[in-house]
This record gives sequence, C-alpha cells and structure tokens, in this order.
Amino acid sequence: MTDPGPPAQAPAAGRAVRLVEAVGRSVKDRLANARQTIAFAGGMAALLGEGSRWLWRGLFVPGIKFRRQAAAAQMVRVGVRSIPIILLVQVFIGIILALQMAPTLTDYGQLERVADVVGIAVFRELGPLISAIVLSGFAGASIAAELGTMVEGEEIKALRAHALNPVQFLVVPRVLATVLMLTGLTVIADLVGTFGGFLTSVLVLDIDPRVYIDYTQAALKNRDFLTGLVKAAVFGMLISLIACREGLTVTGGAEGVGRATTQTVVKSIVALIGTDCLFTATFYVFGW
Amino acid sequence: MTGIEPTSPTVEGRNDVVISVRDLVKRFRSPAGAWVTVLDGVSFDVYRGETVVLMGGSGCGKSTLLNCLIGEYAPEGGQILFKTRDMARPADIVGMDEDQLNAIRRRFGILFQSGALFNSMTVAENIALPLLEHSDVDPSIVDIVVTLKLEQVKMLEHRDKMPAKLSGGQKKRAGLARATALDPEILFYDEPSAGLDPVTSAAIDELMMDLSKKLNVTSVVVTHEMDSAFRIADRMVMLHQGHILQIGSRTEFEMLRDTPIEDLKTSEDKLMNQFLNGHTEGPLTDAEGMSEFEKLIVAG
Repeated sequence: MTDPGPPAQAPAAGRAVRLVEAVGRSVKDRLANARQTIAFAGGMAALLGEGSRWLWRGLFVPGIKFRRQAAAAQMVRVGVRSIPIILLVQVFIGIILALQMAPTLTDYGQLERVADVVGIAVFRELGPLISAIVLSGFAGASIAAELGTMVEGEEIKALRAHALNPVQFLVVPRVLATVLMLTGLTVIADLVGTFGGFLTSVLVLDIDPRVYIDYTQAALKNRDFLTGLVKAAVFGMLISLIACREGLTVTGGAEGVGRATTQTVVKSIVALIGTDCLFTATFYVFGW
Repeated sequence: MTGIEPTSPTVEGRNDVVISVRDLVKRFRSPAGAWVTVLDGVSFDVYRGETVVLMGGSGCGKSTLLNCLIGEYAPEGGQILFKTRDMARPADIVGMDEDQLNAIRRRFGILFQSGALFNSMTVAENIALPLLEHSDVDPSIVDIVVTLKLEQVKMLEHRDKMPAKLSGGQKKRAGLARATALDPEILFYDEPSAGLDPVTSAAIDELMMDLSKKLNVTSVVVTHEMDSAFRIADRMVMLHQGHILQIGSRTEFEMLRDTPIEDLKTSEDKLMNQFLNGHTEGPLTDAEGMSEFEKLIVAG
C-alpha cells in the first residue's frame, strides 16, 4: 500500500507553481508590451519634435537649406500618384452610402435626405478617413520600405557620415508632402464621394438632380469641410511619422523591411481610427 | 579636451597625430539583456599621411571601433581626439552635440563596405551632394569637381548611371569619389575589398594608395583581407577580445606572419601568427581565445 498523502500534495504544489509561473509570464508579457508601446509613442514624439525643429530651421534659419525639391518629389510620389485610387474608392463609398441609406429613408418618406447623409458622412468622416487608410497602404508602406532599405544599404549611415541629418534630409520632406497631399486629396475625395452618391441617387433612386444638389448645399456647413481638412492634416502627419519611424528603425535585413511595411499599415490604421474617434468625440462635445 | 600625446607603443616622439583614441570603452546589450563589452580600453594613435589597418577576427570589435571613430556609436568611456591642419586644438568627439560632430565629420570621408551610394541619385549626383550641401560653390564649379573626382577613380563614363546599374567594384569606386568630394584630410574605409574578386580588390587597393599619395590623406582601413592589408598598410593594429593585441609596422607584422608558430614565444605572437596565416587551429579558435561578443556571434 502506498501512502496517499505525498502524491496528493505534490500535484497540488505543482499546480500552484504552474499558476504562479503563468501569472508571472502574463504580467511580464504585458509589461513588455506596455514598454514597447511607450517606447513607440516616445519615438514618435521625438521624431515629431526633431522634424519640427528642422522644418523651422529650414524655413527661418539662414544657412540651413529647406529641401524644396525633395518635398516636391515626395508630393508627386505620395499625392499625385494616389489620385486614381482615391477617386475609385471614394466613388464606391458614395455609391455604397446612397444605396445603404435609401431603404431606411424611404420608410420614413425622406429619400431625398440621402444627399444629407452622403454629404455629411463623406465631408466629415469618410473623405479624410478612407483617403488616409488608402494612403497608409499606398504611401506609408512605400516610405517605410524605402527608408528601411536605405538603413540596410548603409545609406542612412552614409548621410550621417556626410554630416547630413536623416530627419532633415528624409523625414521632413516626406511628412510635409504627406500632410499637404492628404489635405488636398481629401478635397478631391469629398467631391468625388458626393458625386458617387449623386450619380446613384439620380440614376438608381430616381431623385431629381436639382433636389439632390439643393439638399446637399443645405446640409453642408463650412465646419463640415474644415473639420474634415483638419483631420486629414493630422492623419497625414500620423501616417508619415509612423512610416518614417518604422523605416528608420529597421533591423534584420529584408525580413525587417517586410516587417516594417506591415507594421506601418497596421499601426497607421489603428492610429487613424483611434484619432478619428477622439476628433469626433471632441467635435461632438463642442458642437462643431 | 586634452592635448594629444604621442604615446603609441610603436612610434615614439612624433607630434603629428591626427587621430588619438584613448581608453575607449563601448558596450552593447545582448539579446538576453546582459551588457557585453566590445571595446575595453582601446588606445592608439594615427599619424598624418599614414595608412593604418585595423584588423581582427569577426566580433573582435573593429567595425564597432570604426563606428565610434565616425561618430555613429557613442562610446561609454574614453576619448577620440581629432586634430586636422585647420584645427587649433584637438577636439574630442565623445559627448559632442550633433552640430559640433558634423563640423568634424566634414573633415573626413568614408568608404562604406557596400559603397552606400544613394540609390535614388545618379553617380554624379551622389558625388555632388556633399559639395552642394556643405559649400556655397556655384553648380557649374560643382560639376567640374564631380568630373575631376570621377576621373580620379576612372568612373567618368558612368557619371549618369544609377547605382543599381553598377558592379560591386564600380560602386566602391563611386563611393570613394564621393568620400573625397570635400577633399578630406582623413579617409575611413570599411572593408574596401569585401565581396570583390582578387583583381578588382587589388585595383581598389592601388586606387586607395594612389589617392593617399596624391591627396596626402591619412587613412584608417578596417579589413580582414590579409592580402589587401599587407598591400596598403603602413602600420597595423590587431584587435582581439575588445583589446589591442598588437600595434606595429607592416614589416613587423610580416615577420610575425612568416615566422613558424613553434618559434614564437608569447601566446599573443602565436595568436597573431594564426590569424595572419588564416590557420583553423590554434589559440585564436580555442574557446578561451574568444570574447563574449565573438562567442555570441559563433552561437548565432
């Protein structure tokens, strides 16, 4: 006969140890995640601070060159080349909105109000947000991949060795171009999205074109347009800063570059939607 | 800042020191979180006009040392003093702010292992960049300087090509032309022969020696290509486990290489002999002969 005491106690003690280990591991993982998040936010803030300093110095301090040509080249790359895809996506958004809202508004006998819904949704939210999401995949990933490849090819090191600051030389033109071009693209997106809703309403929902235009004009205020543009500028800054930071901190060769591009898109989308939520809550509270 | 004293163990009584490294310490965090000392009290001098080759096995700290010299890594301790002709006093770059460091960086040129040409620019634009950024010369003068620099490295016909269209040797030549764009007094070379066939490697070595003579520059070369090192060096510095194992003239190193290992008395000399001859067995490849950093590299 075996003693029943010790075997019963041993599994209990083992379970307790495993439980403590599991809790410890979980706490350690969460602390590591928190540390990474804080480090990322700190890195972004530092990049923003250094970028702002170089922009200021470039514009106002004699002897320090502001890289106009580089900024213009980035504007073409970030903005002009993404116009076709923004046009396509925003037309679809206008069509989807009109078709989704039509049945509900018909129930209330307010089909013409499709114009209000499409106009406000596109100008305040979907114009800047969808354009920013498209740009995070189109330009953000490309910036991260480009800078990451430059890090791996020792080009960033070469810049520093030639007494050239990578933030001044690479980050400022990209951030400036993305902010300006996303703001401009949002204006186009607003117009095209509204046009998509207009086309659907006229051709599919049989709303009189004049009525649609009148309702849109009556529904939209200047602040709807301006809040959208403010969002677009902030979104542009977020996408470009995330892309630049991810690109400049690449390690691990081609795999690292691939990781940076994926991280740029994922982090950009999370940051864009989170920031949009903050904006919307703020505008709601202040009645803007 | 302190004055530079000619304290090299091999060259005494000289006051034409251009770079003086004193008690340099550099540490890194390992993936496990522990601190690993890669450079531990490294001291040596580089004299005007000479070519010094830094060598040692993988992970010995030679690339880290080069990165400290060019201001890429901030050391944890020690001094790196530069004294070029236009400087009234030596300047210690350790702890310098970026603007001060950039003022020193404009006095030296660097040839990186991969050439590190800016891929979005043509060869000519790569060479023109330092001139356009750091001088107020007219673009037509910049164009003339670019042509001269490209002629020096025999790359004139490739001036409008993008770096992606160049071979490894051509990239290094173009990188060398860019490194000399501002007529630096000091040139750093990071593995100039790495990845090149023997003929191209010898051609790059000849080019380096030719430029040293013509431009009267001081050169610091990091390499572990022994043929190249013995071709170009005036003096050689052997690093091992983060320390300097030996500093000597090329002739002294040739003697160490050519002496049978059993005739050498000290363990340092035997270790040097193994490295210089590329033998797979000997004190260098014993576990005790490897630094913590080297062991990490071997362990992947």
